Amino acid sequence: MIDELGQFALVLGFYLSLAQVALSFAGRARRDTILAGAGEGAALGAFACMALAFAALIHAFVVSDFSVMNVAANSHTEKPMLYKVAGAWGSHEGSILLWCVALTGYGAAVALSRGLPFGLKALTVAVQGCLGSLFVGYMLFASNPLARIAIPPVEGRSLNPLLQDPALAAHPPFLYAGYVGFSVVFSLAAAALIEGRVDAAWARWVRPWALAAWSLLTVGITLGSFWAYYELGWGGWWFWDPVENASFMPWLLGTALLHSAIVTEKRGGFPAWTAFLGMGCFTLSMLGAFLVRSGVLTSVHAFAVDPKRGILLLGILAMAAGAGFALFAWRAPRLKDPTTFAPISRESALFVNNIILSAVTVTVLLGTLYPLLKEAVTGEAVSVGPPFFNLTFVPLMVAAFVILPAGPLLAWKRGDAMAAIQRLIPAALIAIAAGVLALALVSPRKALASCGVGIGAWLIAGALDEVADRVRLGRAPLAEVGRRASGLPRGAWGMTLAHIGLGVFVMGAAFETAWKVEAAEVRPIGGVVALGDFRLTLQDVGPAPGPNYDAEHARIRVEGPGGALACLAEPERRTYDSGGQTTSEVAICARGADDIYVVLGDRRVGPGGTPQWLIRAYWNPWARFLFLGPILMALGGALSLSDRRLRFGVARRKAATAPSGLAPEPAE
Amino acid sequence: MSASRLAVRLAAVAGALFCLAAASDPSERLADPAQEARARAIMRDVRCLVCQNESIDDSEATLAGDLRKLVREQVSAGKSDAEVKAYLKSRYGEFVLLKPPFSWGNAALWGAPFLVAAIGGALLIFRRRSGPQLEVLSPEEESRIEMLIRDETH
Repeated sequence: MIDELGQFALVLGFYLSLAQVALSFAGRARRDTILAGAGEGAALGAFACMALAFAALIHAFVVSDFSVMNVAANSHTEKPMLYKVAGAWGSHEGSILLWCVALTGYGAAVALSRGLPFGLKALTVAVQGCLGSLFVGYMLFASNPLARIAIPPVEGRSLNPLLQDPALAAHPPFLYAGYVGFSVVFSLAAAALIEGRVDAAWARWVRPWALAAWSLLTVGITLGSFWAYYELGWGGWWFWDPVENASFMPWLLGTALLHSAIVTEKRGGFPAWTAFLGMGCFTLSMLGAFLVRSGVLTSVHAFAVDPKRGILLLGILAMAAGAGFALFAWRAPRLKDPTTFAPISRESALFVNNIILSAVTVTVLLGTLYPLLKEAVTGEAVSVGPPFFNLTFVPLMVAAFVILPAGPLLAWKRGDAMAAIQRLIPAALIAIAAGVLALALVSPRKALASCGVGIGAWLIAGALDEVADRVRLGRAPLAEVGRRASGLPRGAWGMTLAHIGLGVFVMGAAFETAWKVEAAEVRPIGGVVALGDFRLTLQDVGPAPGPNYDAEHARIRVEGPGGALACLAEPERRTYDSGGQTTSEVAICARGADDIYVVLGDRRVGPGGTPQWLIRAYWNPWARFLFLGPILMALGGALSLSDRRLRFGVARRKAATAPSGLAPEPAE
Repeated sequence: MSASRLAVRLAAVAGALFCLAAASDPSERLADPAQEARARAIMRDVRCLVCQNESIDDSEATLAGDLRKLVREQVSAGKSDAEVKAYLKSRYGEFVLLKPPFSWGNAALWGAPFLVAAIGGALLIFRRRSGPQLEVLSPEEESRIEMLIRDETH
């Protein structure tokens, strides 16, 4: 019964999305507030329907209703409750429903938002409705999550055991909330192009949505990377895998958008480019969903793949992006950029930021699609793997990192290069010191990695330098410094935090990649594995049955230099009852920022028939920075989002005093 | 893609996923640590042909094991990195190399990142030359600056 209610809600949600499109467009065309209001009502209704359908699906998973095909294929009565619930978005159908919940949810949020001018708001709701209709329609006709089967099985086929993990249960909701958050930016860009107005006020409305989407996407990608780090069991955290690239592309372009929107917001500059990025971000989000869900690319972690429906998804992508960019091509030439700026200025710095971020987005896009394209054109199969990205992506980003700290120190219009360089001298000294220390103290000696550490320090020190400059640290009495610090807008602190986070990440990436130590040995009970300065002693291995798996559980004593106990590592090797897959539960001992990463491998028979185990261990120095950095970046985004200047009421009040060129249309 | 091919792929994923940096298995290791390190570096650039998207360094698939053996044999026979890779390429095609060769056929791939950056740089320079010259601030701009300054201090 509840499943049928959910099914009904899906159908109703589809029609409400269509109504949302028709009513909102009509409301804008006739300048009729009642029609437009009805469109907003339809948007709220569509979200309520999707939420209801999603609740029905979760219910079906919770009670293990195997008459629902999706549940039968992806759940199992013995699964822990968390993963029963998470199973609702572990499948193709369920993940599309989650996508639709997010899409209609953002539509409802736009409908409820205040302060947008009448025309822009009605058109945004209408475009959001178009996207909603496309995806809800796809789900309803080709990927129904609540479809029944005539003869329900007694037991379900269970969720892939690798996916039964807390970080991965939370990964898709964050990722999708981020992906789909860019849909609002897409809709706002399309609406503004139709209205013919892309100005500072528009950028101010775009910014909170872009910030929210970007922050959520950052968290989603980090969760996915963290999961790969401790679940896949080979100590890596980024593989330049197509599925990872799929989520990374909208993030990169979203980062470009955040920076370009600053110029549009503060100076009215780059209007067409910001609108283009706004459309590009959601296009790449859709491309990501298509790449991951269609199986056109081979990936180590493509789950819930279905090539036939991939073609339909590609059709939707082509329709939405095609319409968006056609609109852009038609309307954008009319957008005039009123700004002029000197070669050394904040605008130039942000321009270079956008050039590099666009270039690396193209790099990742091409690297991901090139095997497909080349095979289609020449019939030759090629592989594009990590070595390609290390040689293209990394140098371009290093160039961006080198100029990054100078950007916030330059004035708008015409900056003073010498003054910026002078202010950055302390940061440069710290960076050089960090690089030299890494070169001198860490063995084996590695010059490139030491440079990486220096660049990370440069980003962190540069961000702090900029704050110190803004609060006049060292140049004004402490009381004034405090007053200035508390007066800095949260947006500024958010930027500082995000840039520090980037620096922390860069340091971690350089250090971990260069100086990780690997050891692998086959040992009986009591055997010792040497890992750098550490000694790992296999104390015992015993059975450890779980709710839906059997496991071998090892206790490994890890001793630091001098024989002091560093930690007791307890890795497991699990065999799942359903399907018989084995997974490895890695034991990670955190030592400050470093990780000792221990994996229990397969059991082997040693001399004399004594059992032995393959023990694999990694010393991952500064690995924690890899995940701390992105979390700081997301927090920076959230902090910036909480800035009172982003609240619409403030923007509107300002409009009264703003010159005519900047004033938003009065809100209805 | 047919259902059976999909099933094969999924099986490959399943097989691929549960393996752990297979190349570090002590039973495969070369006696000479320098040669072993060199072999491992090569393995990281060689694709496991039957896997989804993994190097033979990571994969536990049987074929990856065979390729690792091949690489180690070649390295211990004194072949250079380039010779080993060329040998693999002649046997399995370009597909086996995770780093596509610098060739005219791959010019689009290797050139595009830097081309995009160069076009962007050219736009920045062109924009500066053709754009209107910087002028004295108009009263409107002055008031805008005032507004921006107020922004900063709030």
